Amino acid sequence: MNGKPLEGLKVLDFCWVAMGPMTTKYLAEYGATVVRVESAKRPETLRTAAPFKDGVSGINRSGYFANNNPNKYGITIDMRHPRARDLILRIIPWADLVTENFTPGTMESWGLGYRELKGANPGIIMLSASMLGRGGPFERQPGFGPVLASLAGMTHITGWPDRDPVNPYGAYTDFVVPRFAVAAILAALDYRRRTGDGTHLDISQLETSIHFSAPFMLDYVVNGREQDRMGNRDPAAAPHGVYPCKGEDRWIAIACTTDAEWQALCRVVDPTGQNRVHQERYFTLLGRKSDEDDLDGIIGAWTRGWDARELMDALQSAGVPAGMVNDSRDLFEDAQLTHREHFKYLDHPEIGPYASERSEFNLSRTPGSLDRPAPLIGEHTEYALKELFGLSDGEYRSLKDDGVLE
Amino acid sequence: MRENGGTLLSPYRVLDLTDERGLLCGKILADLGADVVQVEPPGGSTARNIGPYYKDEAHPEKSLFWWAYAVNKRGITLNLHTEKGRELLKELVKEAHFLIESYPPGYLDSLGLGYKDIESLNSSLVMVSITPFGQDGPYAHYKASDIVGMAMGGFMYLTGDSDRPPLRVSFPQLYLHGSAAGATGAMIAHSHRVLTGEGQHVDVSCQQAVARTLAHAPQSWDLEGEILKRMGPFRQTGKETMTRANWRCKDGYVNYMLQGGGPGVARSTRALLEWMDEEGLGDEDLKAVDWEHLGYGRVRADIMEKSVAPLQRFFATHTREELTTASVERRILLFPVATPANIIEHSQLIARDYFKELPHPELDISVTYPGLFAKDIEGGERMGLSRRSPLIGEHNVEIYHEKLGLTPEELTNFEEDGVI
Repeated sequence: MNGKPLEGLKVLDFCWVAMGPMTTKYLAEYGATVVRVESAKRPETLRTAAPFKDGVSGINRSGYFANNNPNKYGITIDMRHPRARDLILRIIPWADLVTENFTPGTMESWGLGYRELKGANPGIIMLSASMLGRGGPFERQPGFGPVLASLAGMTHITGWPDRDPVNPYGAYTDFVVPRFAVAAILAALDYRRRTGDGTHLDISQLETSIHFSAPFMLDYVVNGREQDRMGNRDPAAAPHGVYPCKGEDRWIAIACTTDAEWQALCRVVDPTGQNRVHQERYFTLLGRKSDEDDLDGIIGAWTRGWDARELMDALQSAGVPAGMVNDSRDLFEDAQLTHREHFKYLDHPEIGPYASERSEFNLSRTPGSLDRPAPLIGEHTEYALKELFGLSDGEYRSLKDDGVLE
Repeated sequence: MRENGGTLLSPYRVLDLTDERGLLCGKILADLGADVVQVEPPGGSTARNIGPYYKDEAHPEKSLFWWAYAVNKRGITLNLHTEKGRELLKELVKEAHFLIESYPPGYLDSLGLGYKDIESLNSSLVMVSITPFGQDGPYAHYKASDIVGMAMGGFMYLTGDSDRPPLRVSFPQLYLHGSAAGATGAMIAHSHRVLTGEGQHVDVSCQQAVARTLAHAPQSWDLEGEILKRMGPFRQTGKETMTRANWRCKDGYVNYMLQGGGPGVARSTRALLEWMDEEGLGDEDLKAVDWEHLGYGRVRADIMEKSVAPLQRFFATHTREELTTASVERRILLFPVATPANIIEHSQLIARDYFKELPHPELDISVTYPGLFAKDIEGGERMGLSRRSPLIGEHNVEIYHEKLGLTPEELTNFEEDGVI
């Protein structure tokens, strides 16, 4: 029998919104004890974010928050209270890792910078994630993933060439960074195991996200070229796009990178050789590229008669890379995501059953699991302070009566 | 490199069998200090056939894709289609800590190099497999290029203009998400290995990795029965709520999202409205909204529609630079829509010493690379970017000698037999 791989790892988690909580969700899913510090006076942004169960808002009802915070304990501390600093320093020896993604300088303003934490726990590891990193002229620039994606160059390369660019959906870069962050945290943990030394990791969402278009950066550096948005086209493939299917706003993506894939597509379109796909000029990629609008028109006219899922299956059976454009409901019905148990349903005291996304990798020997719903605001304050951090009942009461735990 | 503890991952050796679909995973481990050896087929990786190229010369040593994602690794060639090649790989596996691969499911098994085979050679090895849909299941053998995976992951339906087809990012993202997730999974499995000595198989689904980038869209369906749609410069945040992200300014585009919710966000909104006021472009209706108690992503469509004209009027009077600079001072959540040039020249990145010059001696140049994805503030050099991507077979001699003790004569024989 195996325990979870991160069992015993103790995390004091000051993260908020999306990037930070997704990072600590991986840790909690794989066995770490993650205690989220929140403020009841200043609830974190995600608790106020839609969707809410049945559309009714409430501090414990956000599905966005609930998805990102299962398996974690939730406590409330008013960090502006004069006694908050001492309480945190009292807890720090318990922790292996402190995570935060405030604007740089916030932890320091509370007297809880890395040096102070290290004073209370010499081996402490700290993750400080921010939009643009610590230091530098833009250190204090506030922001969040949806707009940071633009600074990181993603918006510039998303859109139709004849139109304004559009943002990649959502808080895109917020979901890029956590995978890097977890790898770095666990590397720092390994280093501490070997040497006893902690690490302060400073992650700039901008700097991490640039790796998602790094060749385009190099293209500018060495060739002076600025790559631009290309719609759905790809310089090395044709056809390469999204084509309409039966029904409203139903689509299929098709990509032929090789001539063999193109020939396979032609056979599915029309085995008799009568359809306009069977033109000599389309035998080569160069030929298909030479009049791609026309090619897309022919393919689109043909796909229109198909159900997207049936067409995907037919094309894939023939060896053509093709996938239906899943909307949010389709994701819940996707056969592969269902097979992988992508959505795990948790039972939340206020929301009821809700879907939380499991990690996108399966570990063969020590799988992770989502077992407990996201915490209600302050749900575990008393439990964590007494049972995890070892405060006496008297100490707890005194803090509570003084308004520290709000 | 530090003497005592070395780098964060300096004791660990990684065999990287991936092609263009998985290179980033090993690079993340290399940046953290692991010794990563890229294993390519003789003649070089298919990733070298991906442009753009240095000076637009389509040549396997000049692919900027390869430069970007094989950087910081050493490289050897090995032909897994020969028996001797497979034997050499097995020897390398015995002393490795990680093996990363991105072949279609079942391919390595067909060569006798699947996880079961690897495990019998080195039971403490962590093997990472990066595939579009995972190792098994109904779509495991479906073919996926970037656009197929981005479609099936749910990203494209939500991205693009409402009157046009769903849209992808014009640089492939699918496998980058999966590769980064591979590094996460690898390090979680590693954490178990260092405590128990037990290795395992990490099976990554790129489709799932993409499906985790959709903010709250799946939850909108789950809890409110709402299928969110793509809306061009706007973003639908809920059944009746939306915001706009992208705006034209005097000389390009900026991103700004009119929002309530959370102390920083409401403050940002107020700061922008005040700035508009100062310039005589204020709007009383917008000022009257209770941004402080509105909630994040809770701007109703009617408020948003009313706000477009005054905000657009204001943004159009300023350049990207003016808007960006003032937004730092005024603490407004606004960023430019940056082009590669803007990023390379960004004063914050320069101030943080982000970019790193790496020499390419065979071309007699040195090239500015995107730097490390994280900084190690106190430790200095426990992470690092130290070498350009390998040339084809560049480290054959040193690695086959260092790790397997092969002599130059043996290497020459293997070369002649097409093994390496």
